[in-house]
Amino acid sequence: MRSSPEWTLASQRSELAFPDGKPAYNQAQAVAEASRCLYCHNPPCVQACPTHIDIPSFIRKIATGNVKGSARTIFDANILGYSCARACPVEELCVGDCVYNDAGIPPIQIGRLQRYSTEIAVREGWSYFTAGAPTGKSVGLVGAGPASLACAHELRRLGHACTLYEKSQVPGGLDVTGIAPYKLRGEEALQEIHWVCRIGGIDVQSGVEVGKDIAWEELERRHDAVFVGMGLGPDRRLPGADLDGVDGAVAWIEKMKLGTVSLEGVRSAVVLGGGNTAMDCLRELAGLGVPEVTMVYRGTPEGMSGYKHEWEAAKKLGVRGIFGATPAGFVGEGQVSAVRIKGAEGEQEVPAQLVLLAIGQARLGEQLRPLGIHADASGRLIADAQGALSRPRWYAGGDCTNGGKEVVNAVAEGKAAALSIHRAMGV
Amino acid sequence: MPNLFSNCGGITSPNPFWLASAPPANSGLQVMRAFEAGWGGAVWKTLGTPIQNVSSRFGALRGPGAGGEPVGFNNIELITDRSLDINFREIYEVKKRFPKHAVVASLMVETKEEWKEIIARSIDAGADGLELNFGCPHGMCERGMGSAVGQEPRINERITSWAKEYSTIPVLVKLTPNVSNIIPHGLAAKAGGADGVSLINTIKSVIGLDIDRFVMEPRVAGLSTNGGYCGAAVKPIAMFMVGELARSREFGLPISGIGGIGNWRDAVEFLLMGASNVQVCTAVMLHGYRIVEDMIEGLTDYMSSHGFETVDQMVGKAIPSFSEWGELDLNYETVAKIDPDLCIKCNRCVVACHDGAHQCIHINPDGGVPTIDLSECVGCNLCQIVCPVPGCITMTEVDNGFEPATWNLHVTEGAPLRPKKGVH
Repeated sequence: MRSSPEWTLASQRSELAFPDGKPAYNQAQAVAEASRCLYCHNPPCVQACPTHIDIPSFIRKIATGNVKGSARTIFDANILGYSCARACPVEELCVGDCVYNDAGIPPIQIGRLQRYSTEIAVREGWSYFTAGAPTGKSVGLVGAGPASLACAHELRRLGHACTLYEKSQVPGGLDVTGIAPYKLRGEEALQEIHWVCRIGGIDVQSGVEVGKDIAWEELERRHDAVFVGMGLGPDRRLPGADLDGVDGAVAWIEKMKLGTVSLEGVRSAVVLGGGNTAMDCLRELAGLGVPEVTMVYRGTPEGMSGYKHEWEAAKKLGVRGIFGATPAGFVGEGQVSAVRIKGAEGEQEVPAQLVLLAIGQARLGEQLRPLGIHADASGRLIADAQGALSRPRWYAGGDCTNGGKEVVNAVAEGKAAALSIHRAMGV
Repeated sequence: MPNLFSNCGGITSPNPFWLASAPPANSGLQVMRAFEAGWGGAVWKTLGTPIQNVSSRFGALRGPGAGGEPVGFNNIELITDRSLDINFREIYEVKKRFPKHAVVASLMVETKEEWKEIIARSIDAGADGLELNFGCPHGMCERGMGSAVGQEPRINERITSWAKEYSTIPVLVKLTPNVSNIIPHGLAAKAGGADGVSLINTIKSVIGLDIDRFVMEPRVAGLSTNGGYCGAAVKPIAMFMVGELARSREFGLPISGIGGIGNWRDAVEFLLMGASNVQVCTAVMLHGYRIVEDMIEGLTDYMSSHGFETVDQMVGKAIPSFSEWGELDLNYETVAKIDPDLCIKCNRCVVACHDGAHQCIHINPDGGVPTIDLSECVGCNLCQIVCPVPGCITMTEVDNGFEPATWNLHVTEGAPLRPKKGVH
């Protein structure tokens, strides 16, 4: 079995310009915050976490000085507990549901406490998990993003062999290429992935695209089960969006995180869309120094799928929002100079030397139709609650089944599928 | 990987964490849930002639913070109120399901005949050991039991010897802290033949008052009575008494440590202080059996990092440091040092030193870090205690050129002492 290589990122990356949005707690800060936790029983914060981390226990362990045990509690439930500590929208999940909110007392900073324990654990290289006795069964996993990594780690604990087919050179998927850099930088995500792979036997075949370099059917021949964690496809485009300076949001974020993006001559940037990818773009453009950043969204501020706290943070950076407007075309000769939008008051042009399309991504489920695997009309794979697809021995999780959610959802789904695969193996 | 196996006076358990005889060990279902959660043993809620309890039994001394976490706890509950038949049947069921865990029957009866019978029944039920409750300081002592026995070494010794006469399993004697000197009471248990002692039981206490009704708490109609005090606040008293017995040359029996233990660190302290294992009640009453996970992990990690392979290797490790005042080095000198990078300029050290110590920390007129007059600093630790930032104030050793000299050496041999500081 191949040992996992040392994956690295380019040393020059635009994302490095961003400071840490929520700096790490030092020990005194962590203990002070942890000591405030009520150590509730069966509390809403745990229910709100898709991976159901035993939050009160890990926090109490910080308070008693048992940091190693604290990180064990976290990783046992969520093997990407470090990334999630930093990338999760905790305001909408655990922290938002902390019982202190109901008492009018500031909620426990669960994300920052989770970061405290897991960051030390990853840095110190503490290991908690060992591979199970070999079962002789093997699982092929499509993609090496959070869903596949979580699935593979759980499968390794159970003794199954794992091969991950990843089209990129570096594993991690959006955990490495998509998280807003003021939350988590690529090399930090990668450090955790190296740590996760220390369980051994997580064979990542990078630069291999399933469906192109290897046939889908071939996976079934090679492995006893297949897990599809391929994520979403390219950003959706709009007619006329082929001018220079018009880019897909996810593609642009990836360039900013893995390499450098040039913002020379960009005085105004427009982001089309009101979801969380749009929110990230707005904060990133403003953070990289674009003087005028505008969001154009077809609905109302209340109807945005982007989180309220993200929009508030963007506004603090001077970002402007135009609501109730849809794009009607792009203006420019070769290079975009403005976006034409149509709203209640008719059409107007918003100057922009950079336009990012954050209006969703393609879904790739259609590719699996020849195998009799069902996807909905949008191309989202249809899996049951345990991740099973409509063909025996095929499973899926993460964005390709949930349509695009958080890292923590992908981890929960990958782990659930692993347990389901294990049961089906009957070993 | 360290081995947490524990042996206290011949009673063994997979780890040194036992539930103390109290509400968390009241019934078989509870004890089984506790064992599933990781507890290594349980001392059953005291068995005797079942009693009738009052309503309104507990009270708490709260610390600061939201909700005010109880730091001290007080109870006026008595021994078991369930029939002995049910209790013994449940002990039997627990032992059948958890043969390697320790189940200790805590007992409290009056006459020799009653002791004989209840000991026989405990052994029949499968108990691994007995704990004689000579400690309860409320209610039962009024009936001539509990601390009424524990405060009289002759009665303690006599009843312990009865128990030893009738018992084929180890006998621990649970001691009351409501005595001025614990040593004679430990020695009485030893003279009676005990295999070990457990301490401390609760301390006589009045937890608080309802100041509008002029009635003590916990209020039972218009009256109350003294209770037994326990919880984190009693730990220093328990540690002292455990240490006193552990360092006594005459005593030498195993000790089961009890009193304010709530996490792994507390447990480590008791073990280092000479306890062979620890018993926990209040922290479980406040947070549930689940706290044991952190205790097991924390102890394991501590043992690994300090090179201990077995619990026994830790027991009493700190006892050689428990000395007399007259043996302390009067020429050992420390002074306070403030880390300017960590100081948050709250000036708590200034006010504490000025009003409560030796007036050697001064406010910085520029609003910066307080200054310390090292020639006046006696090294009392007060500033470090009040400082809210861990690691900001450190007590650093000073080489004053004097040879170590104790008061005893000074009196007997005239050993030279360094000049006094802070005497102005």
